[in-house]
Amino acid sequence: MDHDTSFTNQTFKTVGTRVNRPDGVDKVTGRARYGADATAPGQLVGLFLRSPHAHAKITKLDVSKAEKIKGVKAVITSADLPDRFGGKGGQYDTLVNCMARDRVLYDGHAVAAVAAIDHATARKALKAIKVSYEVLPHVTDVDEAMAPGAPVVNENVFTSGMDPRPTKPSNVSRISTFGHGDVDVGFAEADVIIEKSFKTEQTHQGYIEPHACLASVGPDGSADLWVTTQGHFTFRTMCSALLGMDMAKLKVTSSEIGGGFGGKTHVWVEPIALALSRKANRPVKVVMTRDEVFRATGPTCSTSMDIKIGAKRDGTITAAQSILRYQNGAFPATWAMMGAMTSFACYDLKNCKSVGYDVLCNRPKVAAYRAPSAPMAAFGVESVVDMVAAEIGMDPVEFRIKNAAKEGTRASYGPTYGPIGIGPTLEAVKNHPHMKAPLGPNQGRGMACGFWFNFGGQTCVDINIGTDGTINLTLGTVDVGGARASMSLICAEELGIPYEQVKANVADTSTLGHNDTTEGSRGTFSSGMATIFAAREAITELKSRAAKMWGIPVEAVEWSEGSATAVGDEHSNLADLSLAEIAAASPGTGGPIAGHNEVVADGAGVSFASHICDVEVDPETGGTKVLRYTVVQDAGKAIHPDYVEGQFQGGAAQGIGWALNEEYIYGDDGRLQNAGFLDYRIPVCSDLPFIDTEILEIPNPNHPYGIRGVGETSIVPPLAAIGNAVSNAAGVRMDHVPMSPPRILKALDDAGQ
Amino acid sequence: MKVSLSGVLRAAAGGAEDIEIEATTIRDLMDRLLDRYPAMQEHVADGGIAVSIDGQIYRDTLGQPIPEGAEVFLLPRLAGG
Repeated sequence: MDHDTSFTNQTFKTVGTRVNRPDGVDKVTGRARYGADATAPGQLVGLFLRSPHAHAKITKLDVSKAEKIKGVKAVITSADLPDRFGGKGGQYDTLVNCMARDRVLYDGHAVAAVAAIDHATARKALKAIKVSYEVLPHVTDVDEAMAPGAPVVNENVFTSGMDPRPTKPSNVSRISTFGHGDVDVGFAEADVIIEKSFKTEQTHQGYIEPHACLASVGPDGSADLWVTTQGHFTFRTMCSALLGMDMAKLKVTSSEIGGGFGGKTHVWVEPIALALSRKANRPVKVVMTRDEVFRATGPTCSTSMDIKIGAKRDGTITAAQSILRYQNGAFPATWAMMGAMTSFACYDLKNCKSVGYDVLCNRPKVAAYRAPSAPMAAFGVESVVDMVAAEIGMDPVEFRIKNAAKEGTRASYGPTYGPIGIGPTLEAVKNHPHMKAPLGPNQGRGMACGFWFNFGGQTCVDINIGTDGTINLTLGTVDVGGARASMSLICAEELGIPYEQVKANVADTSTLGHNDTTEGSRGTFSSGMATIFAAREAITELKSRAAKMWGIPVEAVEWSEGSATAVGDEHSNLADLSLAEIAAASPGTGGPIAGHNEVVADGAGVSFASHICDVEVDPETGGTKVLRYTVVQDAGKAIHPDYVEGQFQGGAAQGIGWALNEEYIYGDDGRLQNAGFLDYRIPVCSDLPFIDTEILEIPNPNHPYGIRGVGETSIVPPLAAIGNAVSNAAGVRMDHVPMSPPRILKALDDAGQ
Repeated sequence: MKVSLSGVLRAAAGGAEDIEIEATTIRDLMDRLLDRYPAMQEHVADGGIAVSIDGQIYRDTLGQPIPEGAEVFLLPRLAGG
């Protein structure tokens, strides 16, 4: 059934309050169950054998000795995973990534897996597997991968986006061009042109909980998968396709999640755990080590880019161009395309052009990481924006305000914007006390803005009203960042009851229809929409039951503040019936009272943020301390402001780590050198200041409450804001992320400081 | 109706930036697009195509009406993290 999703500007009583989070007690007492916390009778331990080489042909793979070890119940290789996809396409790539077939494509690529009665036996089995490799030339740097003569990572990849289609395989899997106008004309009109190249290194989402699952496949083909994931319905779709299982027979239950940030939108070990269980006829539990998480899950891209912006002396940008080269790992994807689409999305440009090159390297398959691809492009673009502003002697905030996109602007990726929030975030930055605070020696301030699309997608929600008037709210979107609290607030708002009367649960895949993965900042936008309409359906039924209880026509019943009211002079003697009273009578008025809604939520509306950052750079050590940080972002409507602020702060914190320290370091042998949190340093509390936030609420016209997603945009500006701050503090333009102490010292040395 | 193309979709339409197609819904548009440009099928299979109507991006609502005179862009379907 279609519903009107337009913004209605209603007044809220419950939405927007800072209620206690429903998962809080379980999480602080240790009662919450994460991916590794499930057990089953007779469960086995699943372990993986992984490639030590960046690129090699598997010439021999002998598991016979491992299979004969006492206590080993199953050994899996690619021979146990038939190709159901004709050797091509995204699902085939996923199959190959889960288990190498004839070649290993990166250090850490799975070659075999075992299931045994305990860890010791499983480890013994891994050692007994004999693999012979013919080592092949490899490439791990994006620029080297594009150079003539580079080793070809995948001989089945031909550059997409060229006409005519190339006939020779290439590491460039896709070329994507966006823009409008004529940049040559625009640059000719410019008084000032700045052109600069930048690099960003590969980072991992760094979620604290590693990937973990418990798979159990019965002899009749029925299966259960308990797993930490951002999208259990999507995992069901992927696993059933890869293994040839009936979707209805595979029940996937999402555990509590200890962080995902895009990295838990893809399957890695889960299909193999199911395959092991199917072969062993026993439950199999797999928990990745941190080393495996770094080497064999999905970090973000490393990049190399050239940014060119021209402007008139009055501050008008006349042309902007970005050439982006994104390292995708060993499988084709669209990360550079997304960088190209987002790079100039904050600005109102007459002439712009962005070209994205998606490039294969012998590194792990890249996965989404919070507003994927946008932070890197923003680093280059926002750095050059600052440089142009400096060159023409204009305040960088004023320069951005002058060129900011607005309603009616043609976006750099094509369409024309509706109402958007970049201008208000910049005005808020301009007027924020942070911008006026004094700075000391070796300190610098930077700011930057960022853009992300936001998405909606398939969602469905159930509301079941108990006979005591309490509510079971059943959701299908994994609670990554507060779905249970936010949906409970919305449900309570619609029904007119206290928040505490609603109990939200995330259902398994056999309980609800398909829900898309919690990604693309879609959870609150789309599940919120479904919750509103499910609650309104329940209200329709509540009114019908009240009418029966009173013996009056349903048309004479209205709902407000959690009660049914009989309207009209002829019913003035009827006292209101509360939701609890109607629920208590429900067995005699037609049975259980429920509401349900399924929706494809489109129209999520784009999102903008502007950040301010103060740093102090130690010229002796090159170390950077973040002194103060402020996030200003448009939320449309903040359903639970604590969670919204938490998303803003979390994105900024991850961005600070990315900007200053985090980096995949590969040796000349193509092996990852720092696959652990001691050598890959994410920020800890002592590295971070309190991150101040300012929530703007510019309603999304396509949502009844005006909601926009907030989960991702906050990671887009930090690399650039910190880059500008460090550059201002050090007096030298930084062009390589992370801006770690050695890079800052080198930049100072190169500048003769 | 003018339909603007971006990214790799231009190559699938022989390099055209804009094409003329008559359609009243997204489903209608996609059917006619694939009829005329079979190379688009690869992009439909490889992650899909999204449609922007007057600045609003639709990924899944095939029944979405396209008003007369609307600004229509075809974009590669995107996802987030």
